[in-house]
Amino acid sequence: MMRLVQRNGWVAGLLVLLIILLIATKIIQPDFGASGVESLGRASVPFAFATAAMAIVVIAGGIDLSIAAMMAVCSVTAARLMVGAGDGETVLIVILVLALGALMGAINGAMVVLTRVPDIVVTLAMLFVWEGTALLILNTPSGAATQWLRDLILGSLSIPGLPERATFIPKSLVFVVICLIPFWFIMHRTKLGLSIYAVGGDPVAAFRSGVPIGRTRIIAYSLAGVLAGLGGLSLTMSTGIGEPIPGPYLLASVSAVVLGGVALSGGKGGIIGPIVAVFILRLVRMDLTLMSVDPNVTTIVEGTIMVVVVMLGGMLAMKGRRP
Amino acid sequence: MTTTVSTGQRIGRFLRDNPLIPLILLLLVLVAILEIRQPGIVNERWVGNTIKFAIPLAMLAACQTLTMYTGGIDLSASVVATIVAFVMATQVPVIGVVPGILLAMVPAVLIGLLNGFGVGICGVHPLIMTLGTGLIGTGFLQVYQRTVIASGSVVPESLQWLGTGRTFGAPNALVLFIPFAIAILFIQNRTGFGRLLYALGSNEKAARLSGVRSWQVYLALYTLSGLIAGVTGLLYVGLIKAPSLSLVEPLMLPSVAAAVIGGTSIFGGRGSYSGTIIGALILTVLGTMLTLLQMPEGGRRILFGAIILALTAIYLRITDQD
Repeated sequence: MMRLVQRNGWVAGLLVLLIILLIATKIIQPDFGASGVESLGRASVPFAFATAAMAIVVIAGGIDLSIAAMMAVCSVTAARLMVGAGDGETVLIVILVLALGALMGAINGAMVVLTRVPDIVVTLAMLFVWEGTALLILNTPSGAATQWLRDLILGSLSIPGLPERATFIPKSLVFVVICLIPFWFIMHRTKLGLSIYAVGGDPVAAFRSGVPIGRTRIIAYSLAGVLAGLGGLSLTMSTGIGEPIPGPYLLASVSAVVLGGVALSGGKGGIIGPIVAVFILRLVRMDLTLMSVDPNVTTIVEGTIMVVVVMLGGMLAMKGRRP
Repeated sequence: MTTTVSTGQRIGRFLRDNPLIPLILLLLVLVAILEIRQPGIVNERWVGNTIKFAIPLAMLAACQTLTMYTGGIDLSASVVATIVAFVMATQVPVIGVVPGILLAMVPAVLIGLLNGFGVGICGVHPLIMTLGTGLIGTGFLQVYQRTVIASGSVVPESLQWLGTGRTFGAPNALVLFIPFAIAILFIQNRTGFGRLLYALGSNEKAARLSGVRSWQVYLALYTLSGLIAGVTGLLYVGLIKAPSLSLVEPLMLPSVAAAVIGGTSIFGGRGSYSGTIIGALILTVLGTMLTLLQMPEGGRRILFGAIILALTAIYLRITDQD
């Protein structure tokens, strides 16, 4: 019960921070409106999926350094297959890419379970493997994306009967929310989700309570793989091409997961917190750009936010331990 | 019957007591494969080159090895090395060689202290802390680059001599590396500081209760790691001769891999720097082999990842048979 209150308190705090930032953005840039929210939403989509993937693995007590590389594999696969693909074929391609993500995640998980090598080392090695795979599939950025798929995240939601200007909810945001609902449901409302939390919190206790540790870990990694697949798809959807070199999603997802209140030791936190954290981090970046701050200074600010947050969190945790 | 030990178990036990032997055997096997595939390649010159390229990797891997003893990791090491190399190369034309090098080491110490502060005093997970400071360091480096774009860069002769030169066929970098390796081995085996690192890694609570002021150890450890990374940067820029903003980045993941292949436990409390040195040599030979295979870049990366994973898994099986 206490944990539930704490967790929701953290998410509520993040939401307040997000609202403050949105107000600050409006003050910095009085024109900030539908198009601003739209570009914020579109820029956040791949980060949101990468972060959700990382969050699930971290909750299960692991860490997956290969998420950005898996996204690259999914992105290039989708872009390559979608060249000249019809609308119907695209549905098949999407399913195929998500299955590919699940397969890659399952391989990661199986390697962790079978070799008994620490997660961080296994996924470090798999990072090279997936990077290589992406390069083999597509050597240079190219490919295409089907238009109706791209339309899913481009632009704002138009509600019939309302004028175009009044609809400020970006489609990308709706897309992320719809895609993440099943994962939220799995993590918080099913036995599998409970097992994932149990394995991450205390593997020995979980084992003695009859939770199949190995299988649960592999499933957690596969879920992350599906999310990485969605992330890769969204990359192709927003750019229209496939990019074989992984983007900066590894670092960003780890910092969003930490900021979102997920403990790196596993078993604590949720998916909503990290997603809110993604929007906060993206919004900070956008605000700094709006204030015409050097983008490199933006990197410093982002890093400082991350470090200060984790240091404060660490201090608070220590205070709690020594009452 | 109960006292008979099977040959397999006996070999396993022997290897567990001497974890360096399988590593050296593996290194020799890799060299042999290379010689079979490309007869005549293994000569004095090749050995010198391999050692030359393995040394910066082994030095950067020292950061990972030492921090891993306490169950940590230093992902900011490559950024620190790059910063030191870049600041040094751009400051030398302005203020001279020795002041330039000294000035360049300042950010290394600062980042090290910050890491130590975060890990030791705030109790932040080292992975996150060093990832964050690495990000901050990269940002500062990019901003700094804007301010020195006009001044150009110089890699001092002395560093080039150290990085690329050879004396009687042996790379000059050994002049730096042999004392360095002896110092690290001395620290880990013969000093109280070294023992404290292992103690904190095996059981931090027990170490604390025995009166270890862990924050002092962490502060010293991460500062030392920053210093080592800085020196690595100086050596590496002497080898590559062209400072850039991502100079040492390609060594980052291999440095973690070298420490892990060398038998250092990422969870702390176990390992030795001698294993890391062999690990760095293995990775360098592996790199040569993959280059010679004339595969596409993608295929090489896949093989590299697969081999690292396989080696680590096999090594863990051999040395952890209980």
